[in-house]
Amino acid sequence: MAKILFKKQLSPAVYQIRVEAPLIAEERKAGQFIILQIDKDFGERVPLTIADADTKEGSITLIFQSVGKSTKQLATFEVGDDIPVLVGPLGTPTHIEKYGHVVCVCGGVGIAPMHPIVQAMKAAGNKITTIMGARNKDLFLMKEEMEALSDELILMTDDGSLGRKGLVTEPLKELCEQARKPDLVIAIGPPAMMKFSALTTKPYQIKTMVSLNSIMVDGTGMCGGCRVNIGDTVKFVCVDGPEFDGHQVDWENMMQRMNAFKDEEDESVHRFGTHNANHKCRIDKMTDDKIKENEKGA
Amino acid sequence: MSNCDTLHTLDAEAKEILAKINARTEPLKKSDRLAIKPLAMPELNPSYRARSMDEVSCGFTESQAMAEALRCLDCKRPFCVEDCPVHIDIPAFIAKIAEGDFKGAIAKIKETSLLPAVCGRVCPQERQCQLNCTVGKFHKDVGKSVGIGRLERFVADYEREYGEIVVPEVKAPTGKKVAVIGSGPAGLVTAADVRREGHEVTIFEAFHKLGGVMRYGIPEFRLPKEIVDREIETLEAMGVQFQTNFVIGRTRKLMDLLHKDGFDAVFIGTGAGLPLFMGIKGESSVGVFAANEYLTRANLMKAYDTQNADTPMWHGKNIVVLGGGNVAMDAARMALRLGAEKVRIVYRRSMAELPARAEEIHHAQEEGVEFCILQNPSEILADEKGRVRGMIIDRYELGEPDAKGRPKPVKLEGQSFEMECDTVLVAIGNGSNPLISQSTPDLKVNKRGNIELSDEDRNKTFVEGIYAGGDIVLGAATVILAMGEGRKAAKGINEYLASK
Ligand SMILES: Cc1cc2nc3c(=O)[nH]c(=O)nc-3n(C[C@H](O)[C@H](O)[C@H](O)COP(=O)(O)OP(=O)(O)OC[C@H]3O[C@@H](n4cnc5c(N)ncnc54)[C@H](O)[C@@H]3O)c2cc1C
Ligand code: SF4
Ligand code: FES
Repeated sequence: MAKILFKKQLSPAVYQIRVEAPLIAEERKAGQFIILQIDKDFGERVPLTIADADTKEGSITLIFQSVGKSTKQLATFEVGDDIPVLVGPLGTPTHIEKYGHVVCVCGGVGIAPMHPIVQAMKAAGNKITTIMGARNKDLFLMKEEMEALSDELILMTDDGSLGRKGLVTEPLKELCEQARKPDLVIAIGPPAMMKFSALTTKPYQIKTMVSLNSIMVDGTGMCGGCRVNIGDTVKFVCVDGPEFDGHQVDWENMMQRMNAFKDEEDESVHRFGTHNANHKCRIDKMTDDKIKENEKGA
Repeated sequence: MSNCDTLHTLDAEAKEILAKINARTEPLKKSDRLAIKPLAMPELNPSYRARSMDEVSCGFTESQAMAEALRCLDCKRPFCVEDCPVHIDIPAFIAKIAEGDFKGAIAKIKETSLLPAVCGRVCPQERQCQLNCTVGKFHKDVGKSVGIGRLERFVADYEREYGEIVVPEVKAPTGKKVAVIGSGPAGLVTAADVRREGHEVTIFEAFHKLGGVMRYGIPEFRLPKEIVDREIETLEAMGVQFQTNFVIGRTRKLMDLLHKDGFDAVFIGTGAGLPLFMGIKGESSVGVFAANEYLTRANLMKAYDTQNADTPMWHGKNIVVLGGGNVAMDAARMALRLGAEKVRIVYRRSMAELPARAEEIHHAQEEGVEFCILQNPSEILADEKGRVRGMIIDRYELGEPDAKGRPKPVKLEGQSFEMECDTVLVAIGNGSNPLISQSTPDLKVNKRGNIELSDEDRNKTFVEGIYAGGDIVLGAATVILAMGEGRKAAKGINEYLASK
């Protein structure tokens, strides 16, 4: 059981909570995640990346979008409530070293998992350029934190309400074209955003890491549900990942598998009685469609 | 059980046998015992049970158990005991049942074994105690051996149902602490035996519920979870502590347990892990699952309860299971219960080589699972959305025996065909869980990732104070072997702590 110590609504569908978990706070490293259940008997297992940790308080910070039944219900939990099942930290931590210039591309709720990575990469002595994308100016998470950590912060919005109007792949491409190319690109966000970030850097042969959020059950390498094709091999996201070489990921298959239970989930959301489930991946969808449009245009 | 329509008739038959025997004046001769027909297990009707999670086998009645017990010849050289992995004194406990002393019988079993209610249900008896039973040999049919497993289950259930579970005595506190990783049969048994000596024991379990494969793998219709709950309650009553949602190697490093948290010894019982896949084209299509995932969703996450569970379940209508072991049988039978219209098992060898328990194969057939033997897929076909639509199946024949003595399947050229299906469940075995070995470099593992032992009689690893057993050492094996390993490890740990 993990008590909620703090809760804040960041945007209409995005929440930040701080949860009591002293052992996880002590052990966690950038790139790792937890799995939680909102009910011990009937809840599903929801993986969420650890956005931050406070070893003094013995707490971790989680940021989630209320999209499925479980995250919608989690959004109704208040300070003082207990999350019945919370296990972690899971996954292999991000490999941190001094690369030189690291470009961090993130969008939507993907900004949260990027935060600890930027922290660690900065601490390792890297120059950090962060590119953050959102639909409009109100939907940026952790803007101040990211600004403080980054040597350069580029904001992109779909409607131009803040920063540049356009997609995160545009400034990424510009950076790749500079005489001194970035040494590493990390992309975290909706699958389409990661896919197109990886496609953008590929011609320039810049190593690009992505963080995959596949379907999971146990999170310890027992069930095989989280498997993805990386190059010619099958990998388990929960133990081998969540980070992989974006140029090797079989994106089409990964996205198809992520939607395997979609009809089921919609039904579950429906039963829970909140709004329309189609509303689910608006951020993902919008960006996705936009990127496709953009690709056609290019 | 009310749904068990054969129970009444079978019980009446048993009563008749007993009445005839009781009416006799002279004692039973060997030939009289051999003349008693094996008593049939009362079971739920196949068409009803194939859509229900209720336990399939209802268990012997008292009369049935007593009559079955009379079939045992109390052999001078009891092969059953030799072939039992933990050498239960089988003729002794059966004799107690024949006398009607059920409490005495269970006490006899518990001298050497724990978890009899589980083992009586899931052990492959026809390959262990019942394999060379004199009665079966006489009838030239292993199916006619004394029903040792059924008798074991009967007395264990008797003890549980009459609320007479004895909590083992725990010695005075020694001040020593032992960590047990994993709450499967190996971990539970180690915990019990170590706790008895007065050591403090904490079980660390990655999942939110206890029991290991007994909880998330073996389905309710074969092993009711209430039985697993009771075993765990007994450990709680003995003062064993539990830490669920705790992954050793992630939440805490194994060596930290010894160096920072004050544990004096550790037992690793983390089970098998990493399901194996065929490595064929199309295997990552939507609708292909490892049986582990399918069963965990259904059992642990209760996805069969569509009214209450949030965990989504894949509702295939035309399901093919690849493999022939217990996991394959469980997945196939679970698929029926989740509403599949057609369920097939595709297996490379013939019926005789199926590694599953005989009873499970029989039950699966009765429930309508089809067996496509001497077949194996070479490709999984998907539609334009990446969803499974069928498989290319090759046909095989049996060739020369392989290293393990099993005939090798040989592919028949030019006989491939397409099989339609919407779901493929892969149950061809497991590798090993890498979490602990990766984060504990001093442990030695073999090339399959199983932990190696420096002392097999005590299940000691190559690191002082660390013991291991069960599937993580043996590769995917059985409950009884895991239990036996746990007992040896506990003995090792108790000796080690006594000398410290
Ligand atoms: C579907 C299925 C059907 C089966 N049917 C039969 C049968 O009929 N008869 C039979 O004899 N055997 C059967 N088996 C095999 C049998 O269940 C296993 O051999 C036995 O359970 C092994 O016991 P164990 O204690 O080694 O491990 P497990 O039962 O696998 O338990 C290991 C436990 O450790 C936990 N764990 C793993 N890693 C960590 C970690 N790092 N930190 C904390 N906890 C961890 C796991 O969550 C799990 O709960 C079946 C197996 C399956 C999957
Ligand atoms: S081998 Fe069979 S008949 Fe002989 S003692 Fe064992 S159970 Fe009884
Ligand atoms: S979530 Fe089960 S193996 Fe990764």
